[in-house]
Amino acid sequence: MDPLSEWIAAWKIPIGRWGREFFDFLTTNFAWVFDGIADGLASVLDGMVDLLLWMPASIVVLLVAAVAYALQRSWKLSIGVAIGLAFIINQGLWEETVETLVLVVAAATVSMAIGVPVGIWAAHNDRVYQFLRPVLDLMQTLPTFVYLIPVLILFGLGAAPGVIVTVIFASPAPIRLTYLGITSVPKPMIEAGQAFGATRRQLLWKVELPAALPSIMAGLTQCIMLSLSMVVIAALIGADGLGKPVVRALNSVNIPLGLEAGLAIVVLAIILDRMARIGREQDR
Amino acid sequence: MSSAIDFRAVDIIFGTDKERAAALPLVDAGKTRGEILEQTGAVLGCAGCDLTVERGEISVLMGLSGSGKSTLLRAVNRLNKVARGDVLVHDGDWQANVVTCSEGELRKIRRECVAMVFQQFALLPWRTVAENVGFGLELSGLPAKQRAERVMAQLELVHLEDWAGKYAHELSGGMQQRVGLARAFATEAPILLMDEPFSALDPLIRTKLQDELLELQERLKKTILFVSHDLEEALKIGNRISIMDGGRIVQTGAPEDIVLKPGTDYVREFISNVNPLSVLTAWNVMRDARDLESAGEGWLWLDRRRTTRFKLDDKMLVVGAERDEKPAIWVSCDKIETLPEDRPKVYWAHAGTPLKTVMHAMHQSHTAPVAVFDDASRFLGAIGIRDVLKSVLRR
Repeated sequence: MDPLSEWIAAWKIPIGRWGREFFDFLTTNFAWVFDGIADGLASVLDGMVDLLLWMPASIVVLLVAAVAYALQRSWKLSIGVAIGLAFIINQGLWEETVETLVLVVAAATVSMAIGVPVGIWAAHNDRVYQFLRPVLDLMQTLPTFVYLIPVLILFGLGAAPGVIVTVIFASPAPIRLTYLGITSVPKPMIEAGQAFGATRRQLLWKVELPAALPSIMAGLTQCIMLSLSMVVIAALIGADGLGKPVVRALNSVNIPLGLEAGLAIVVLAIILDRMARIGREQDR
Repeated sequence: MSSAIDFRAVDIIFGTDKERAAALPLVDAGKTRGEILEQTGAVLGCAGCDLTVERGEISVLMGLSGSGKSTLLRAVNRLNKVARGDVLVHDGDWQANVVTCSEGELRKIRRECVAMVFQQFALLPWRTVAENVGFGLELSGLPAKQRAERVMAQLELVHLEDWAGKYAHELSGGMQQRVGLARAFATEAPILLMDEPFSALDPLIRTKLQDELLELQERLKKTILFVSHDLEEALKIGNRISIMDGGRIVQTGAPEDIVLKPGTDYVREFISNVNPLSVLTAWNVMRDARDLESAGEGWLWLDRRRTTRFKLDDKMLVVGAERDEKPAIWVSCDKIETLPEDRPKVYWAHAGTPLKTVMHAMHQSHTAPVAVFDDASRFLGAIGIRDVLKSVLRR
């Protein structure tokens, strides 16, 4: 090595050590907070999984098909949904699918609950957006495995850390799309609201949100897809679901199991994507 | 008449606070928009605009694009902030200064006093026609039942009652703007701001909507501040026209004043393409009775060539008429087609009769001059061929 590089390397900045110290600090002082979050989340998720598994699988299939019809008013879709879920039962992956479904729905719900208000806030306040942009870039580009470790340390193994990593990964999409939707509301519409005496709250609820709805719904669809893509990674830190058989298949080079579980994930993805497409075709 | 909107020395400047502060002295010095932009970075919207809009009149702000007309209009409901000056809005005995009033007062103005119609309609596409019309009422918290009644009444007013359940994109442009009109009428605000409402429509529909607006105005008697870049439109619907250039009002007056007495070269250029027949009336072109030549014994020559004369009593009523030294009858030029040809005739017009009708009468009957009477049949003056030519050629 040349002397300059040697000199630079001699002064290694202890980023890794700082990070460890930071997380040590968090675990020793705030363990109760993280444990509380993990336990709370886990009990909610387990409760939902238990409820869905307590019901006969065929009833759940019918329920999901009914929800699909209620959302999209399409017989074709609900029949497709029923066939897809029947295929999963046929493959013997029903329990794993229910666990994954709960994980994805929970993560998407939390992501939307965070993403939509934050997106609105950023759209109304340029400083917030300037601060948020690098944070969102970081959340989306930081390799998932990197934050898997601290999440594991803070929240332990199980479904709760699975939801949390999924939320970290998936929530930038609804934030960005909500921001985009609100900032691209045509100016004359905003002015029409103002000219007729709308308060800020009325402007948000009666003009901005309805105008941004297609974009926000696109955020929901993306959020669901991103959550599904995290299923396998969440399995690495002990979240139950379709990711587990995939990881197991990978470790034992089990092609049939991998294929079955992978196909089940694809079927679930298609079902959720088609069901969540509200507001794009219908409202316009 | 009392005023509905008062603009008092209104300056509107776009830019940061610092740029605005730097620009104000330059505005006072009468600098142009270009100079102010170059020296301070601020964009001059309006400078020193004084204008009073009387209750019940249609006042038109006219100018090329970028002349500041929309900017001034939007100061009335504070869609644009005024840098300096006052904008007073009157509603009955209540009045407020839009520039300084509180958020609460501003909301009252926007909900109850001033409604707006937009150039691009600005309807909300996820709402039906009826929901769009009820938008303003919904914002002020009117209960759904009363709202539905008022919405239906407005839709009938603009002949859209069959379209209540449709969405805006299912309607043609003209219909969409009628929805915009109904939405503005629905709040029952006495003042209406119309920002080039018909510019986005094709010419036939535009003319139709202008007629409809005038018809509605007959009944509703709103105060309307109207922005237009189309002088024909301004002359047609305006009771008063203000011509704007570079953010300043260069001339304010009645339509015929603008056409007959343009104040500056800019205005003159503006009106050079306008057909004067669409604004001028008999009153605008006649020679006054006091300027006519006496023919003795209470007679008055109507023309310079001394072909036609009237005998008037002391109340200026006509008691006798002669053309070419033969007794004549005097008849209204509105009835030109239905009259027998036997006796010499002198046509007459009311002060408000369009010049077009007068010329038509001259052409059909090969007679000049035409007399002008007021509503009580008193003689006001006479119009000769030369008067017509002079006014049309604007010399």
